[in-house]
Amino acid sequence: MLVIGELINGMFARVGRAIEEKDAAAVHRIASEQAVCGAGALDINCGPGSLNPADDMKWLVETVAAAVDKLLVLDSGKEEVLEAGLQAAGRPCLLNSATAEPNKLKRLLNLAARYKSGLIVLTVGSSGMPQGCRQRIESAAQIVEICVETGFPLDNIYLDPVLMPVSVAQAQVGAALETIREFKVISPELKSVVGLSNVSQSAPHRRLLNRVFLSMAAAYGLDAAILDPTDRELMESLSAADIILNRNIYCESFLKECGGAKDGRG
Amino acid sequence: MSRQEEMLEKWQGEVFTYVIGAKKEEGGTRGSVVKAGGEKTLPFLDKEGFFPNTAAVALEILDVPPADWPEELVAAYGGVTANPLEWADACVRKFGAELLCVRLAGAHPDAGGRMPEQEAAFLSKLAAAVNVPLIVRGCGDDVKDNTLLPLCSEALKGERCLFGSASQDNYKTLTAAVTADGHGIIAESPIDLNIAKQLNILISDLGLPLERIVMDPTIGALGYGLEYAYSIMERARLAALSGDRNVACPFICFTGQETWKVKEAVAARADFPHWGDKEKRGILWEAVTASALLQAGADILVMRHPKAAEEIKKYACHR
Repeated sequence: MLVIGELINGMFARVGRAIEEKDAAAVHRIASEQAVCGAGALDINCGPGSLNPADDMKWLVETVAAAVDKLLVLDSGKEEVLEAGLQAAGRPCLLNSATAEPNKLKRLLNLAARYKSGLIVLTVGSSGMPQGCRQRIESAAQIVEICVETGFPLDNIYLDPVLMPVSVAQAQVGAALETIREFKVISPELKSVVGLSNVSQSAPHRRLLNRVFLSMAAAYGLDAAILDPTDRELMESLSAADIILNRNIYCESFLKECGGAKDGRG
Repeated sequence: MSRQEEMLEKWQGEVFTYVIGAKKEEGGTRGSVVKAGGEKTLPFLDKEGFFPNTAAVALEILDVPPADWPEELVAAYGGVTANPLEWADACVRKFGAELLCVRLAGAHPDAGGRMPEQEAAFLSKLAAAVNVPLIVRGCGDDVKDNTLLPLCSEALKGERCLFGSASQDNYKTLTAAVTADGHGIIAESPIDLNIAKQLNILISDLGLPLERIVMDPTIGALGYGLEYAYSIMERARLAALSGDRNVACPFICFTGQETWKVKEAVAARADFPHWGDKEKRGILWEAVTASALLQAGADILVMRHPKAAEEIKKYACHR
């Protein structure tokens, strides 16, 4: 599973401060720490408080890329911010994110295609937050249709079934799991991704809920998750899940592997 | 996109490349080097990826005249096996070996117990006598090897040899020695992929990078468990190509050692008249075992009969 580290987000106080003070060393530390813990990709988000998000994105991308050689996931609702990040990266990234809304989806597919990048698309249609597996799959089908129309390669699409908090919409969590499996029925090339922490919003025992969901989602075939890779128990659950599912060769030191990349590479 | 292209596998990972031998400019005295590994796909599937290096074929010699080799194997070398340095020379000059594997059998307590200093001096002479890259194996007795191999490793410092073998129960001494002297290590596991992976992790935890490990999965000759070794090698290679670095080391297979003790290779024609000519049979048994291992992903084949080695080289270059 591709682990996308979530910690470079201006919403977190230490990152917000680092952006404000252009403290590159602080960003290097957070990037390297996530890589060492097993992140294969790093999410980069300037946060809601950023006054010049395009400039901040550019600085963050350059700073992170100088510290680690990982896939960068550019996270912003604004296209000009995403493009600033893509330009600064100078290599393929993953864009986070679009929805099934056709106009914006087409613009973002175009942007991603120009930079040979991937795109995360939420299975959210015009009717708002999806209810049940079926609505999510309908949105997924629309998304695939637009990708095929525009010639965008499906293996560069990560579909997000939209995780809702178990404390708010309990039935939707199971529906999201079902949806992860159904994506592959639409096309085996499609990949799935979730923003893991959503599942435990405003609930106690958040880390427990996160790691149980992640292990279950692994069994449903989840390809990627945006999460906190420094949560050791979470990463260890993932290593154990890979062993249980026979996706990684068992050995006594299986916990050291943290998703098969104990040294933070590969 | 054609139908055929759709079926092709795309691999994320690749097998590490270990270079055996160091030339003068790298601090050694070898005249050539051998690159093992580096595959980006399964053996012989050249439409899916690259195999930058041909599988290497080493001839095996001992530090003492071979006591338990069948006579036709000894005869194939024309009498030089009585003198290991002449034997080594014949392997390289007469039989064109690109790589030499020397097993220090004479150091074993049951085989005369040659002293570590004596063996180290022998290896220095060997390195001066031939300029191909070297693989050095201990005598197989853990206690003896732990005093023997560090001295031998030091004697060949800078030559970037491959030293073996480390096992799950005995890997620390050899790992420390080869790390210090710039060699690679052979990590031996008993036809068990879980142990093979664990051993790679244990060795790399001691500070020797995975890139300097070559795995000996333990093989059997044709008819003697070859298929178990085959399936383990295949599974390891699939995992390596999928990105599991801990099993992404090249494979070494001791085909000669396994072949020349089985009945089909050594039994006299008088005992099995319908099995045909004894010498041809042994050569074929070794070559067929080796060819199956090439299909399984072997990167280095250590062979005994020069004729079998010659035959397998013709096949290995198609990989």
